[in-house]
Amino acid sequence: MGDLSHLRDDFPILSTEMNGHPLVYLDSAATTQKPVQVLDAMDGYYRTTNANVHRGAYALAVEATDAYEGARAKVARFVNAATPAEIVFTRGTTTAINAIAYGWGLDHLGPGDRVLLTMLEHHANVVPWQIVARHTGAELVYLPLTDGYLVDTSALDGLLDERVKVVGFSGMSNVLGTIGPVAELAAAARSVGAISVVDAAQMVPHMPVDVQALGVDFVAFGAHKMLGPTGIGALWGPMDRLERLEPAEGGGEMILDVGLQESTWADIPHRFEAGTPPIAEAVGFGAAVDYLEAVGMAAVRAHEEQITAYALERLATVPDLTVYGPSDVSARGGAVSFTLADIHPHDLATILDQQGIAVRAGHHCTRPLHRLLDVPATARASFYVYSVPGEVDLLVAALEEARRIFGVA
Amino acid sequence: MSLDELYREVILDHYRNPRHRGRLEHATAHAEGQNPLCGDEVRIDLVVDGGRVVEIGVTGQGCSISQASASMMAEAVAGKSVAEIEGLSSRFRAMMDLEEGDAGIDESRPGESLGDLEALQGVRRFPVRIKCAALPWTTLKEALEGDAG
Repeated sequence: MGDLSHLRDDFPILSTEMNGHPLVYLDSAATTQKPVQVLDAMDGYYRTTNANVHRGAYALAVEATDAYEGARAKVARFVNAATPAEIVFTRGTTTAINAIAYGWGLDHLGPGDRVLLTMLEHHANVVPWQIVARHTGAELVYLPLTDGYLVDTSALDGLLDERVKVVGFSGMSNVLGTIGPVAELAAAARSVGAISVVDAAQMVPHMPVDVQALGVDFVAFGAHKMLGPTGIGALWGPMDRLERLEPAEGGGEMILDVGLQESTWADIPHRFEAGTPPIAEAVGFGAAVDYLEAVGMAAVRAHEEQITAYALERLATVPDLTVYGPSDVSARGGAVSFTLADIHPHDLATILDQQGIAVRAGHHCTRPLHRLLDVPATARASFYVYSVPGEVDLLVAALEEARRIFGVA
Repeated sequence: MSLDELYREVILDHYRNPRHRGRLEHATAHAEGQNPLCGDEVRIDLVVDGGRVVEIGVTGQGCSISQASASMMAEAVAGKSVAEIEGLSSRFRAMMDLEEGDAGIDESRPGESLGDLEALQGVRRFPVRIKCAALPWTTLKEALEGDAG
């Protein structure tokens, strides 16, 4: 169980080199590599099916529309949405959260209202709310973390009241790996009549997700962190929630009728998809979920627990190395952030880069979390279906080399 | 180009034992710079008197290249006239391939032209790190331009 190494043959980039070494790609939390099945689907779309969607009066346009809407149905099935219409295609996770913040927040937030977030949020689930708060007079409050890097839900007692109108949280941290207490926070939101919004950018790619079972109002995720292309993601919400959402963007394709002063909206989901959508990207997204379904999300999760456990075990053998995140792999995903002695993460990344190893270094779009951890930056290794234990071994050897170069005793 | 040439001992020494470290309460000019991409931060405090940098204080945080570069720069410019500093800055930027010109580095006489700063020439081979090395210099330039005296 857990060995998915045969999948590596599907990823052309994994047999390339970086700085004269075989590429060791440990930055899948930033973006994943793409299998030939996704590349071929997008290429095939452009070669045989390309036309604009929802407007053509000819066969090719109908085929393009079918491909686009077919991809929506695949994504809907993948996360168990009740109907394909509950999947709104967006430019990515960030755009999906902005669509909620503007489309719901501008109308429903006012002075004194609160948006409750957690301290481990990605900037994508912080800044949109800050912007909307500036327009509405609402304020942001944050749930702290426990010493074990989990969201401290015991703090709900002091923070949850009828002023809270939105509870927004990450389903899986891109820095700590921490899996969010989704059910608990969804229930907390319901108890005060707030909406719950899950930033599932890391969650949907890395574990089985049934959006209807989460008990939340909105879920945002993107294709490129789950083998799909950049430029497309999805916003899910039950139909009765999407009906309460105003379009955050206006333009073509999203209207029923346009007058000189007022317009009426197209049906859901098209009212949230202004302009020509990323059609080939949707097709690639569909191919990516086909690929993941063939592997099986339970197998994806099992493999991730296994390689994360191995990484944590091996990293623990490197002297002066600190890992930030839960040690229990059942409570976390495969993003492993760390620091090594007094070596700055950017120096670490350079040293690893020279040995063909790609890791992320910096604040990973989580400045508030890094201030809380009291480190300006961390290095992060992150895994996906094609990651193998041998890559962890190469990482550990390269970290030992970093200790030598920096003369860490 | 080996990593040992990038992370020379003198660079690690400046990283771990930075010179001219600290804020200057009586600064006549200061500037803050950062590389938003990687988070390196440098603040330069100056006491400029009669067209000469008589005191310099450096604070900030970041990678070894940015912080060592700041320390080396502080050592190189302390006591120098603004005109001399401009010359140093040009030669440093030439060494980093950031502008046309000759850094005046003589391999047989290391440290003759730019002092310890010459140890940073290995950075040129790591394009993503050049910004780190250059940050203290762009910050210094800003501080000097903002100096009323």
